Amino acid sequence: MAEHPPQAVNFAAASKAALLDPQLRGNFRRAMDGLMSKRAVQFADAKEWHDMRALAASVRLRTLAKLPELLETLEANCTRNGIQVHWASTTAEANAIVLGIMKRVDAKLAVKGKSMVTEEMHLNAFLEQHGIEALEADLGEYIVQLDGTMPSHIIMPAIHLNTKQIAHLFKRKIKEAESIEDAAYLTDLARRILRKKFMTADVGMSGVNAAVAETGTLCLIENEGNGRMCTTVPPVHIAFMGLEKVVEHLEDVPPVISLLPRSATGQPITTYVNMITSPRKEGELDGPREIHLVILDNGRSSVYADPELRDTLRCIRCGACMNHCPVYTKVGGHAYEAPYPGPIGKILVPQMEGLAKRGEMPHACTMCNACVEICPVRIPIVEIMGRLRVEAVRPGDAVKDAGAQASKAEAMVWKGWAAMNASPTAYKIATMAMSKLGNAAPTGLPLLKEWTSVRAKPRFASRTLHDLAREKGIPDV
Amino acid sequence: MTTATAPQPTPPRPSKVYFFGTCLVDLFYPEAGMAGMELLKAQGLTVVFPQGQSCCGQPAYNSGYRDEALKVARAQLDLFPEDLPIVVPSGSCAGMMRKHWPHLFHGEPDEAKAVNVSSRVWELTQFLVQVLDVRLEDKGEPMRVTWHASCHAQREMGVVEEPKALLRQLANVELVELKREKECCGFGGTFAVRHPEISAAMVGDKVADIEQTGARRVVSGDCGCLLNINGALEGGRKPVQGQHIAQFLKERLHG
Repeated sequence: MAEHPPQAVNFAAASKAALLDPQLRGNFRRAMDGLMSKRAVQFADAKEWHDMRALAASVRLRTLAKLPELLETLEANCTRNGIQVHWASTTAEANAIVLGIMKRVDAKLAVKGKSMVTEEMHLNAFLEQHGIEALEADLGEYIVQLDGTMPSHIIMPAIHLNTKQIAHLFKRKIKEAESIEDAAYLTDLARRILRKKFMTADVGMSGVNAAVAETGTLCLIENEGNGRMCTTVPPVHIAFMGLEKVVEHLEDVPPVISLLPRSATGQPITTYVNMITSPRKEGELDGPREIHLVILDNGRSSVYADPELRDTLRCIRCGACMNHCPVYTKVGGHAYEAPYPGPIGKILVPQMEGLAKRGEMPHACTMCNACVEICPVRIPIVEIMGRLRVEAVRPGDAVKDAGAQASKAEAMVWKGWAAMNASPTAYKIATMAMSKLGNAAPTGLPLLKEWTSVRAKPRFASRTLHDLAREKGIPDV
Repeated sequence: MTTATAPQPTPPRPSKVYFFGTCLVDLFYPEAGMAGMELLKAQGLTVVFPQGQSCCGQPAYNSGYRDEALKVARAQLDLFPEDLPIVVPSGSCAGMMRKHWPHLFHGEPDEAKAVNVSSRVWELTQFLVQVLDVRLEDKGEPMRVTWHASCHAQREMGVVEEPKALLRQLANVELVELKREKECCGFGGTFAVRHPEISAAMVGDKVADIEQTGARRVVSGDCGCLLNINGALEGGRKPVQGQHIAQFLKERLHG
């Protein structure tokens, strides 16, 4: 572990670069507008939305209330079913577990369905360092892997690119690709390439949308069939989940998987719903010989320890908060330089990686509450954002690197602000000074400089409302 | 906790109300505050403006300085001793008082008093429509306007239709709604100066949306948004102007 606090990630610089790319801005604006209207169609019935959401939130709350117990039950039932369970407290431990399995089966090629936990682990790069090819099999993930970049959205990893850009990428990177800017052609090409890989892969990897404790079942939803291929064709399947992804009963799954695609892409249900309960049994003709489940903590248990921050773990990773976030829709996912961008990323990543590195993320938000309004499991995202802003300037141990942004100068400014606003006399003098002198402030002053970069200078009124009310004889009591 | 507070039970029509002007109105848009009080007086109410008022505490609250927010919020508590509604010409400040004060004062010795004050807070247009059921007579020239909804009015106070209902009562005013009415304008308090480029992009999209309506005026209920939008309109030399709804309504009623 590093002794000194990690370097802060500069969100402002990365977002500035994104804002200067009109193609990127246009791609996000169009894509997010489309996703928002598709979602709205799914929830046209306000009462149904209210009821579904209340049910899904209650499933997640009950899960979290019993989390330690449910994880034990899950492990026992998976083990009984022949699924080997591995616990990893850090991403390094998780990577080591995967490498151990790969080495034992002498794996050269692994195919992977979408899994955000493996993005946390930077698993592809890790395996590559050890001479193992890890190929993304979700079309969007395949595209960003070809492009050498990161997913820009947790559900739609290549949403930052349009068809034309993808056609150029394929032409550059795939020998047999023709210059055809057509989504059907490009999809078919990727499908033909991936199909061969599924048949020859030594290991298939996948995420988990919900793990059912009472039955030891891994539930995986997807649209392309690549998840089913990854989990059934190769002889070994490794599934990854964050430790919060467990649910208690089988009947807890439908509330989650019916809200997830509706919220994410405006689909009533995904094309594939996979329920995986054991490896191939005696006499069965297909399915993997081994199934491993890697359960990752990576900071989640400390999030869990705080009753207010715990709500972060309700998340079912639908990505709807990204689609509706006015900041995300402007800067796109890459600007966050994090596995989870957008509103959920702004509360989850600082808790996982610490406020020294990620202290700016909770501030990259206008607190408009658009995410809170559409979150299918009612995560109080903005309240948690506010709490993290407190933790960033207050030394403590609730969040990693709490107090990393504490600044004496800033604290003095707020102390002064409070003194001015808590005393009617001080307030009167200060507002009088601002009314008389505020407009003379040069635009080069800090804050005013930022404000006036695209705006005219704000004009202080010559008399305050207090003055006008007094003059007009409006009673004070 | 997670969404707008439950709708207020509509109290009987009072004969007297308190007015909490907010610090932004005080400094930048005092005429909007005066107009708000005049609209209430025109309904036959006595309006009390406690001179000791300053700010709801939101700037510090949202910046991570809860003790400072508490100190400022606490300084407002004794200004509203009678059991009367407190009308606020801002969805954001009203949201702070109504939704966040109970959380801010949780466990404090004056929690009960804060919760009592908080429970009497109304956003101005909400009060005009729900409690006073006002009927407006338009004496102005024909005009096309658009409405900018503030995030906190919509999502913390649950005020969505009330201001538009008021604008629709005006016979000579044509209301053309924005395409993305629910999208934030990019103000966000300290956000605008902490992330000026993103804020600029957001207000840029908002200005484009306002322009495509062909409206001469964009009306809003929150002075934070108005500072931002008006600053961008003026900075971009656009002919459209933003105005607080209280002031706009007052102008229409006087012709």
